[in-house]
Amino acid sequence: MSELSHEPVLEKFPEAEWDEAAGAVIVPVAQAREMAEWLLGKGVDYCSNVTGVDYLEREVKEKVTQEDGTVETITKTEPGRIDVVYHLYSMQNKTGPLVLKQRTTRGGAEVASLMPVWRSCELQEREVFDLFGVNFTGHPDLRRLLMWDEFEGHPMRKDYVEPFDYEWEPTPHDEIFEKHKKGKVIV
Amino acid sequence: MSTATAAPNYELIQQEGLDTGLLEISMGPHHPSTHGVFRMDVKLDGETVVDLRPVFGYLHRNHEKLAENMSYLSSMPFTDRLDYFNSMTNNWAYALACEQMIEVEVPERAEHLRVIMAELTRLVNHVSLVGFFINDLGALGTPLMYAFREREKILDLFEKASGARMMCNYFRFGGLRNDVPEGWLGECRELVERFPAFLDEYEQLLCENEIILSRTQGVGVLSRELAISAGITGPMLRASGVNYDLRKVDKYGIYGRFKFRVPYGEEGDCYDRFMVRMLEMYESLEILEQALDAIEPGPVMGNAPRVFKPKAQESYGRIEGPKGELGFYLIADGKPQPYRYRVRPPSLVNLTVLRDLCIGGKIADAVIILGSIDIVLGEVDR
Repeated sequence: MSELSHEPVLEKFPEAEWDEAAGAVIVPVAQAREMAEWLLGKGVDYCSNVTGVDYLEREVKEKVTQEDGTVETITKTEPGRIDVVYHLYSMQNKTGPLVLKQRTTRGGAEVASLMPVWRSCELQEREVFDLFGVNFTGHPDLRRLLMWDEFEGHPMRKDYVEPFDYEWEPTPHDEIFEKHKKGKVIV
Repeated sequence: MSTATAAPNYELIQQEGLDTGLLEISMGPHHPSTHGVFRMDVKLDGETVVDLRPVFGYLHRNHEKLAENMSYLSSMPFTDRLDYFNSMTNNWAYALACEQMIEVEVPERAEHLRVIMAELTRLVNHVSLVGFFINDLGALGTPLMYAFREREKILDLFEKASGARMMCNYFRFGGLRNDVPEGWLGECRELVERFPAFLDEYEQLLCENEIILSRTQGVGVLSRELAISAGITGPMLRASGVNYDLRKVDKYGIYGRFKFRVPYGEEGDCYDRFMVRMLEMYESLEILEQALDAIEPGPVMGNAPRVFKPKAQESYGRIEGPKGELGFYLIADGKPQPYRYRVRPPSLVNLTVLRDLCIGGKIADAVIILGSIDIVLGEVDR
């Protein structure tokens, strides 16, 4: 299978970046929908995989060469972020993949929904909303997919800690149980 | 929104003097036709489906989070449990995604055995799908038992090769866990030679049966445009007339060497989805014959590192599973565990169109449509 070239995409959308290490086009959230529609017009008709990736805030050590030739190690703080990744293919031309990433912050995460362009995003974006807590603007039916509606938190985030009393449910005890035996409380 | 994405609306007919209302039914999670713990919230006007909402998550165990906390190889047995009918192909998809991250050459014998195992798995899946599908149509028991009789023979082969009937855990990065025992290939060949007789008998019994024709033809028609847009893959996509098979497109493994045809339908209704699977089984047998002719003795494990620890990179490996495109998306960060591990489940994505197919039809047809989509809840909910 031949590869889908990313160069025309970058030519058309100069604000988008090319991440060489990941092999992905990083598109600004505001332009994502427009780019998706343009890609659809170019024959990229099939969105295979949609998922999120959570990156925590972390410290990166970098070696910097000073003017006088000495090498210093600087510690930089890289802010946390969430990437929403789309794997795109063309069924008519049998080419692919083209990897698209929308980048957003961890707090108040929000990206553009591509479901109006590729219907296959419908359930997968709901899953990202459910497990990563990313809001998709323009998604018509954004509800939790796998967890139940009352569930709090987003389990696929790297800093998620499950509650201690995860399966605790109130059952009749002590006073209430006594009352129940007397027939005063009907459970 | 384009026409392909808009769900059809249904108008409730109000009759004067009659107090008509909608009936809401929660179908599942224990309904026998849902093939596991799947629930559909259905709104009915008489017998006609007005609205249908699938409810997921009853079997959710966060497979992805589990895999992110253990080494790459340790999640190999967990992939068996995704789609528990097809553990061999699940293994292959995961091995493929991991092999893309390191330089390793899979030996010839292992490549051939992989193809043999994958095609046997396809037979297992399709034969039981057809059995369940007929079961959903109301022919309880007998056709399913016929199908399971054949499935049993293949499971026996799996047991002899890997030690387990369903949870095979047979693939490794760079090859296979062990070679097949002596005489296994002969037994496999015997099965391949006998299988067409069963298929012919099955086809004779079912494919021109009047009840099956009248209940499946024209029911749950999936248009070509919607199928592509909704990311439908596998036999379901091909039933809608799209010739897209990853064995031909990607030619992963050594599929480029085999001669086989890709059957596809014209109408995209339940009957086409059923027939495409029947025809695919004949093609699988073709591939099996060629692979069994070509296989030669040799090692089954390449020179993969003992501790799998790839450099920081991303990979997406996908194969043509029996249910559709099964993909694994991995992000490595130089540690022995994957930083991100994602399964692209074909069953879940194929369910996107369930609502569109069912609305406007009868409730009994919803059961058949769900059966023809072919889901396994272990993979849908993960």
